[in-house]
Amino acid sequence: MHTILKREQLSEQVFRIRVVAPLIAEARQAGQFVLVQVDTEFGERIPLTIADADAEQGWITLIFQAVGGTTMRLAALQEGDAVPAILGPLGTPTHVEQLGHVVCVCGGIGAAPMYPIAQAMKAAGNRVTIILGARNHDLIILQEEMRSLADDLILVTDDGSAGRKALVTEPLKELCQAPSPPDLVVAIGPPIMMKFAVETTRPFAVRTVVSLNTIMVDGTGMCGGCRVTVGGQTRFVCMDGPEFDGHQVDFENMMKRLQSYKTQEDAARHTCKIGRNP
Amino acid sequence: MSHTTPESLQELAKEQWSSLETQLSECPLTAKQRMAIPQQEMPAQDPAARRTNMDEVTYGYFEEQARVEAERCLQCKNAPCIAGCPVAIDIPRFIRKISEADYSGALAVISETSLLPSICGRVCPQEVQCQEPCTVGKAKKDPFLSVSIGRLERFVADHGGRSVPQVKPETGKKVAIIGSGPAAITAAADIRREGHGVTVFEAFHKPGGVLVYGIPEFRLPKGIVEEELNTLQQMGVEVRTNFLVGRTRTLKDLLEKDGYNAIFIGSGAGLPRFMEIEGENLVGVFAANEYLTRSNLMKAYDRERADTPITRPRKVAVLGGGNVAMDAARTAVRLNAEEVNVIYRRTRTEMPARAEEVDHAEEEGVVFHFLRNPARILGDENGQVRAIEVLKYELGEPDDSGRRRPVAIPGSEYEIEVDTVIVSIGNDSNPLLTTTTPELEVNKRGNIVADESGKTSMDRVWAGGDIVLGAATVILAMGQGRKAAAAINEALLS
Repeated sequence: MHTILKREQLSEQVFRIRVVAPLIAEARQAGQFVLVQVDTEFGERIPLTIADADAEQGWITLIFQAVGGTTMRLAALQEGDAVPAILGPLGTPTHVEQLGHVVCVCGGIGAAPMYPIAQAMKAAGNRVTIILGARNHDLIILQEEMRSLADDLILVTDDGSAGRKALVTEPLKELCQAPSPPDLVVAIGPPIMMKFAVETTRPFAVRTVVSLNTIMVDGTGMCGGCRVTVGGQTRFVCMDGPEFDGHQVDFENMMKRLQSYKTQEDAARHTCKIGRNP
Repeated sequence: MSHTTPESLQELAKEQWSSLETQLSECPLTAKQRMAIPQQEMPAQDPAARRTNMDEVTYGYFEEQARVEAERCLQCKNAPCIAGCPVAIDIPRFIRKISEADYSGALAVISETSLLPSICGRVCPQEVQCQEPCTVGKAKKDPFLSVSIGRLERFVADHGGRSVPQVKPETGKKVAIIGSGPAAITAAADIRREGHGVTVFEAFHKPGGVLVYGIPEFRLPKGIVEEELNTLQQMGVEVRTNFLVGRTRTLKDLLEKDGYNAIFIGSGAGLPRFMEIEGENLVGVFAANEYLTRSNLMKAYDRERADTPITRPRKVAVLGGGNVAMDAARTAVRLNAEEVNVIYRRTRTEMPARAEEVDHAEEEGVVFHFLRNPARILGDENGQVRAIEVLKYELGEPDDSGRRRPVAIPGSEYEIEVDTVIVSIGNDSNPLLTTTTPELEVNKRGNIVADESGKTSMDRVWAGGDIVLGAATVILAMGQGRKAAAAINEALLS
């Protein structure tokens, strides 16, 4: 039983839940994710990153934005309720090693999957700079956690309501221009942000890893729905990923594929709002 | 193609049976008389009606039909049909039980060697197995006129009653079964029967494997699979869903930390092959696995209730000629596609799909393009499929498989306008478990290497089904599950 031990609302649409999942907590490594289902009869299986875990106590933390049918229903669950199905940990773990200076670029909810990666990079002895960006002050999450972890934290918002008024790419570019550019950049956020982060580092030839979140059904390599084009090859995000060399990813194609079910999902959200969330 | 209603088939069979019964009461039938008995047609839903529903297409024989069909069997001494069955069911003997109206007796005969007759009776490619060498078909020079062994098997399974197999006293030993498809179900049952504890680990939220995510409701009702799984659970088999061995726990963990004495891997093929042609990652191109899983397991066909979306295609191209291709094409028909095209590079004769499924697809309006192969998939400015370019082929010299090799005709390409392409050219072995278990030896296709009994290179680990065979059939998977279970049971004795 994946009982919810703790539930918090981090921003208007973003929730953090701590759920009982001892085996996943024990096996998980940075960069891995789970598939969650709220209704095992008619519900959808959606990928969510493991934002944190405690193997001793047997729980994992999930952070999600309540924007679709499943995430809205997940958000409606309270402490003491159980999440019916959690499968994981899935995906290839982050390759962690001591490289020197690692810059973690997070856009919005991308801070959630980044947290364990930044933790692991720090633990491996790297200097970790975190660029934490969001559209506005209210959408920033994990600021305190990131601050206590990072050697440097750069806070940016699109509208300047918190930190510097800039896109994440601006401080990223400055870091790349510095006399000793980063040894590795990890960028996680909306596809468009990752695309621009990758274009920012490309001229400097700074290795840039991105973590992709595509459409998935099984999460075990069986359906192929999550496939992306990386370096001209078809790769499966669920097994080969979720992390890839950002300079090799065909973001245009990925963003189009993400829109495959847009009309249907809009309809589902509409139904969900009027039918299930009074 | 004309459709005969089930009612008229039953009427006909009633008449035939009453005259046969009279004949039989007078003296035994000669082979010639038996050969003259008309083959019984499978009652099915009207094609026009079934295009719009997910219900099972065929209804199964009426009792009178089964009785008439059973009399077509010549009870050959050499029983060539048995050799054609991958698990060597004693076919003449079970058919004789039908002649005696002893359906539970017939089921008992099948159950001696097969565990899943209600499933195999529906999905086995009988025309290339038991019915292929049938003397009746041989005499009539048409394997489709053989005794309808598959239909009789299904009749027996549906009418023979059910019982939960006896389980011997607990031995205190326990076995982990990875996967819950046909190989896994069979191994689980056979091992549990001997009194060993059995846990089935399934990655999905529902057990059943390909029987649940792959084969559609209209061909294999999920209620039947559920019944098989319920039987397992009544025997005391524990089923753990949402558990991915290789990730949630490794094989080693199961043996060393969790105390399992042995493991059977029956995790299936499950890695879709793509054509590797231009445009394959456009929006609107799916692996059949994805399309079918959305519809079957996630119930996306049920628009009202399911959260999982599925595209409602207008014009579809299905690439491939196997059972999965037929399932995908016929699912698209049921999801209201206006036009469904199957593109296959050989001819109808070489299609690996079950003949009945091809006939059914055709009756349902699926259009077949034989000797055609896709060259590339074309997209519009939004990255959405707009057409598929195909090349004409002709049959050349036979290849290694003995089938005539299709050869492209240069310059023959043309476009078919479609908005959805479903790639259904087969599956490779899913590498998830093998890459996380370096101790397991795999061949160059990624299949686990196992000996006759299913024993792998890893101590206390056996494997069977598609993960060993490559994509094959339900009955072969079942046969392998059986063999491995026997080997595991023997190993646990010592």
